[in-house]
Amino acid sequence: MADMHKNEIDRISGVETTGHEWDGLKELNNPLPRWWLYMFYACIVWAVVYWVLFPTWPMISGYTKGVLGSDQRTEAIAAFDEGVAGRSVFADKIIAASLEDISRDQELLQFALANGQAAFGDNCAPCHGSGGTGAEGYPNLQDDTWLWGGTLDDIHTTLLYGIRSENDEARIGEMPAFGRDELLSRDEVTQVANFVASRAGLETEDGVDLAAGQTLYVDNCAACHGDNLEGIQEMGAPSLMSANYLYGKSLDDIKAQVHSPRNGVMPAWVDRLDPATIKSLTVYVHSFGGGQ
Amino acid sequence: MVSLEEGGFAIFLVLLAFACLIVAGKTFDQVMAFHAGIGALVAAVGVFWIFKTYFDDGGEPIPQEIDGKPNYNLGPVKFGSAAAMFWGLAGFSVGLLIALQLAFPALNFDLPWTNFGRMRPLHTSAVIFAFGGNVLLATSMYVVQRTSRARMPGKILPWFVIIGYNVFIVIAGTGYLLGATQSKEYAEPEWYADLWLTIVWVCYLLLFLGTLWKRKEPHIYVANWFYLAFIVTIAMLHITNNLTIPVSIYSTKSYIVWSGVQDAMVQWWYGHNAVGFFLTAGFLAIMYYFIPKRAERPVYSYRLSIVHFWALIFIYIWAGPHHLHYTALPQWASTLGTTFSIILWMPSWGGMINGLMTLSGAWDKLRTDPVLRMMVVSVAFYGMSTFEGPLMSLRSVNSLSHYTDWTIGHVHSGALGWVGYISFGALYCLIPWLWNKKSLYSLKLVNWHFWLSTLGIVLYITAMWVSGIMQGLMWRAYDQLGFLEYSFVETVEAMHPFYIIRALGGALFLLGAIIMAYNLWMTVRHGEAEEAEATPVGSLAPAE
Repeated sequence: MADMHKNEIDRISGVETTGHEWDGLKELNNPLPRWWLYMFYACIVWAVVYWVLFPTWPMISGYTKGVLGSDQRTEAIAAFDEGVAGRSVFADKIIAASLEDISRDQELLQFALANGQAAFGDNCAPCHGSGGTGAEGYPNLQDDTWLWGGTLDDIHTTLLYGIRSENDEARIGEMPAFGRDELLSRDEVTQVANFVASRAGLETEDGVDLAAGQTLYVDNCAACHGDNLEGIQEMGAPSLMSANYLYGKSLDDIKAQVHSPRNGVMPAWVDRLDPATIKSLTVYVHSFGGGQ
Repeated sequence: MVSLEEGGFAIFLVLLAFACLIVAGKTFDQVMAFHAGIGALVAAVGVFWIFKTYFDDGGEPIPQEIDGKPNYNLGPVKFGSAAAMFWGLAGFSVGLLIALQLAFPALNFDLPWTNFGRMRPLHTSAVIFAFGGNVLLATSMYVVQRTSRARMPGKILPWFVIIGYNVFIVIAGTGYLLGATQSKEYAEPEWYADLWLTIVWVCYLLLFLGTLWKRKEPHIYVANWFYLAFIVTIAMLHITNNLTIPVSIYSTKSYIVWSGVQDAMVQWWYGHNAVGFFLTAGFLAIMYYFIPKRAERPVYSYRLSIVHFWALIFIYIWAGPHHLHYTALPQWASTLGTTFSIILWMPSWGGMINGLMTLSGAWDKLRTDPVLRMMVVSVAFYGMSTFEGPLMSLRSVNSLSHYTDWTIGHVHSGALGWVGYISFGALYCLIPWLWNKKSLYSLKLVNWHFWLSTLGIVLYITAMWVSGIMQGLMWRAYDQLGFLEYSFVETVEAMHPFYIIRALGGALFLLGAIIMAYNLWMTVRHGEAEEAEATPVGSLAPAE
């Protein structure tokens, strides 16, 4: 039964069928399209040429290296080195020059700003925003409020070692948890928070003893934040008179900060970026307008 | 007398129900408790159903033929077709949601369950495995019976396969939503879901082989070669890429036995061949039955079908490393994958040629039959994607395209155009045949579906091409001093308008599918019944 075909001719194409039939479906006995077959061969030839030229086939140990001697690892390292070398003329000058000199030299400044912008976008923008305007908990770099100082050298040190980072040279300053560690009672937290708010010109609650708040401030806070709430940059203690409250300026925000302060961390970049890039970033951030 | 099959399945399901109850009772993992609960419930209902049907039909064997004609088993095919339409709508909707999430992140709703990270695998699995998988199961069960002129073996087995597969889908999908995932792309379901799928899949293989074994035709039709290649290879891929060791049988968490770059290679050997054998071989099988059937023309070239079948099967399996260019994968593996991807170009196109040339002598039907038009456009998209794929596998092209949305555009020209359209075409054919209707409720609505979704696909893939290439160029742009021109966030900002266009394209595609679901529903409920001959016969009458 199997091969007793009477191979009929398809009326439309004039081509013979194979004589098989399934559920009304038949097949024409057309040959392979020539162009298809030759393209298939051409692709195989291309592949064989590729095998000769490039590393391809695994062997018992190692692999065929290819006559072109291509190696993606050395090529990647060479491309990287080439990029570094292309920048090294300027980069070397940046490393040698002082930060002030960089800001004054038009050519170096242009290079530093380009380097700084590229590095800032991928490293700093996730926290400080792509324009450096910051967000709640992440300082604004465009204004003239600086926690740890806004001179070129201050910014450079902050960038190198970070704030409360794991680096040994990191800037360290930690506000005690007055409420959580029970240094102050709940009422006392409310009093001191209201006192600070009243001095900063922010909204206060009714019926809170501000005089008691002032006493608490002098006893607990003035050592870092100053007698007149002006802040002490060497300790990273912000001025409380400025409207720029890092963690919010509602009374609830202030109370929360007194009760269990958030002590934000900035990473140390000294081990992650090269010296020229860190210096460039310093100049770039300083140029935002708030630099001192 | 209860048959061996009924008894065997009943015992298996009883044991499964008890095992699930024990796990559900002892686990501290809430997701595991939930899934074990589903397992116990489904197994118990299965046992009940086995005995109910036994008492309903008195244990009489099902006739293999009625009036000299094969008594085809169409119940599981109907179930699979309906499930495909349901999962399709679900999967396309989630796709639209995640497209919008990329444009408007607020749509993540800050909830873990609706987060992009969980929604994205829900989308990919729903469209590939739930929609595509049910189309493949339903059509394969239909095609293998008809082209073998034999009823599928077993009474419980076909139902176990189709329902078991959909239970896997439910377990996998709810697992993603609740955070159970092994974090392997397109292989996210955890170990117990994988084990269950393995059991179902082996049953599917036996069912398919059993039907071929019973065939009344001397030869095996080309569609069945492709279905068989799909079933066998998916079994191999699924098992190898899911060799995990669970933390405990009471935990959803497991660890894969592969590590490092070997794990990455196994993953993309799996991932690439899921495309090759699930989304290509399986849907080529659909094409080889439904296009000649609908066009009422013989397949263009038997010889081409043989040569491109074997070439495709042997070459596809080597191409996976092109997903890992410029990574820890050794260069030789990556170039070897590239060369096989190039060799694969013509074997892929063999299917396109056979599909398109089968239309010769019937091209005029494209004007009047939007269902055939959909399937032909599908083959055109297939040709386009299988040209683009080898192109993107070249290392120099890949260094621009990789990790960009170009890849997403490439995938969707294949997924929406090829897989989507051939599935829609097959369902438009299949539903009237299965429910004995003369024709679809409305060809006009099919026309609307065709044009809306075609516009949607074009918007989608062009938006992704443009934005993907732009993204790749922005990433590698340097200024004259040698610094990167753009930060990452600037590239994201530049993508925004294209994300909106893409979402619009997806919305049109979804709208088309909703029209389709309505059309199919109306066909089943209100279509005019076919009278005497329940099956369509081609213009070439069987040669007696």
